[in-house]
Amino acid sequence: MESKFPGYRLLPYLLIFPSVAVIAVFLVVPFAQAVQQSFYRTSPFGTTTRFVGWDNYVQIFSTPEYLRSLVTTVGFAGLVIVGGLVASLGIAILVTRRIRGLGFYQVAFIWTYALSPAVAGIIWALLFDPAVGLGTYVIQLISGYRINMMVQGTVALLIAATAAAWNMLGYNICFFIAGLQNVPKEFEEAARVDGAGVWRTFWRVTFPMISPTTAFLLFVNMVYAFFQVFGLIDVMTQGGPGGATEILVYKLYRDAFIRLRGNFASAQSVVLFLMVAAAALFQLRVATRKAVYSR
Amino acid sequence: MRRKRVSRNGFAHLILIVGVIVLVFPVYMAVVGSTHDAATIGRGRLPLTPGSHMAENYVQAWAYGTGERVSGTPVRTMMANSLVMAISIALGKIAVSILAAYAVVFFRFPLRMFFFWLIFITLMLPLEVRIIPSYKVVSDLGLLNSLAGLTLPLMVSATGTLLFRQVFLTVPKELLDAAKIDGAGPMRCLWSIILPLGRPSIAALFVILFVYGWNQYLWPLLITTERSMDTIVIGIVKMLGTSESLMDWNLVMATTVMAMAVPIAVVILFQKWLVKGLVETEK
Repeated sequence: MESKFPGYRLLPYLLIFPSVAVIAVFLVVPFAQAVQQSFYRTSPFGTTTRFVGWDNYVQIFSTPEYLRSLVTTVGFAGLVIVGGLVASLGIAILVTRRIRGLGFYQVAFIWTYALSPAVAGIIWALLFDPAVGLGTYVIQLISGYRINMMVQGTVALLIAATAAAWNMLGYNICFFIAGLQNVPKEFEEAARVDGAGVWRTFWRVTFPMISPTTAFLLFVNMVYAFFQVFGLIDVMTQGGPGGATEILVYKLYRDAFIRLRGNFASAQSVVLFLMVAAAALFQLRVATRKAVYSR
Repeated sequence: MRRKRVSRNGFAHLILIVGVIVLVFPVYMAVVGSTHDAATIGRGRLPLTPGSHMAENYVQAWAYGTGERVSGTPVRTMMANSLVMAISIALGKIAVSILAAYAVVFFRFPLRMFFFWLIFITLMLPLEVRIIPSYKVVSDLGLLNSLAGLTLPLMVSATGTLLFRQVFLTVPKELLDAAKIDGAGPMRCLWSIILPLGRPSIAALFVILFVYGWNQYLWPLLITTERSMDTIVIGIVKMLGTSESLMDWNLVMATTVMAMAVPIAVVILFQKWLVKGLVETEK
């Protein structure tokens, strides 16, 4: 397409200026500084700063706390992403084209989109409060054990992961419903005619057709489980007990603003960035493959 | 045959209803928690049905925000802060993204694709990976504890720009040609033709961004230190922090319910647009 307004040379720059200015000042420059900082070390009183090369990165991958945080993050994110997506796909499949009340279910699921991770954290903190929580009580009734998320690390991690997956459930379900509605029903019918069972039809026809939606949700849920859950963790466990729920973003925050080890934290930001970038590129690859699948 | 379909749908409805209950129940318990007095909750088992202290809990949270064991900011102050922040972020982001998308779609100029990719890569730079220097930039600009510091760094939206780009690409070019023949300049075309056509997307994006702004956590936590600047999400967490082990769960929950009510109302009211908008942004 040609320019719609060939006579205006300056105007497009003026139009795009606000975006570019904010990106430059608040995104590019800070990120460049983070990269730069990650190669330096400032003395505890801020008097001297010297270049240390890859030292901060070497330190990251040789500190047991960081490695532990990495493992915690993978476990936590794995539970949130896999558990959450499997549950929501399972529910969304039931909303077939013929079912009644599609509109109702959409509203009944989407409203949780409005709940922030921090608020979800507060609600679940009440449910599993060691002293007064209803969840704590019910689990004691069923299993005889009195769980305490303030003391037991694994319990805290499981409860936080459940709360986080719960928080994303409605959003995921709505996306899967939308994705499934877009699968042309002729494809599934053709597979049936050829004698494929329900299970086979799903894995061979439906699931590949919604792979762009799945890839998109994988990315969104990964960003959620890596970053946005910060509020939830801060509210529910503050990384505890004993670091059991200290996921990478929480460790980054504490190293930067509480333990005041800025250079070390900067190196952590760069590592985190590389993880998001890899995930984003993966999602882009799958999403652009969409052209092949669509008619 | 017919009967079989009914029973299969019945099973589907059953699972779906269970799903809805799983989503609703924790929130229901928060509402229940906000209607009892602190002593009832502290006794160790929260009743499953609402109590009789609803009015006083809400009035206390709304007007004072402080109970026997927690101290906080009045909800009305925090609510106002959250509203201002959420609306500023939403409107600011929409305006910035519309202008950028308009430039990218309807103009051809050197560096156009460079700018487009620059906006696109912001997707890969969540606030958290640049948190330390971002904080420093805002602090150097003297914007701590200010609305500008709170909202400006959150105003670029790759999703917004991409969404409007999609919408603008579908505008029939005859419409613009006709307007141009009538003597309309580019800004006039944007205002009178493009914006009205993009209204549903603007509404959808407004809901998404309002919720996004309302639910911000880490950024306001760092940027605002004065209690009068607290947003409601931050305020609740500060309430939790003031108590040792026992706390006035009733007040915390009343505040939580009010903090949820606004974005939930917005989402439900604009539900149709929201779902469409969310799915559009995926593309």
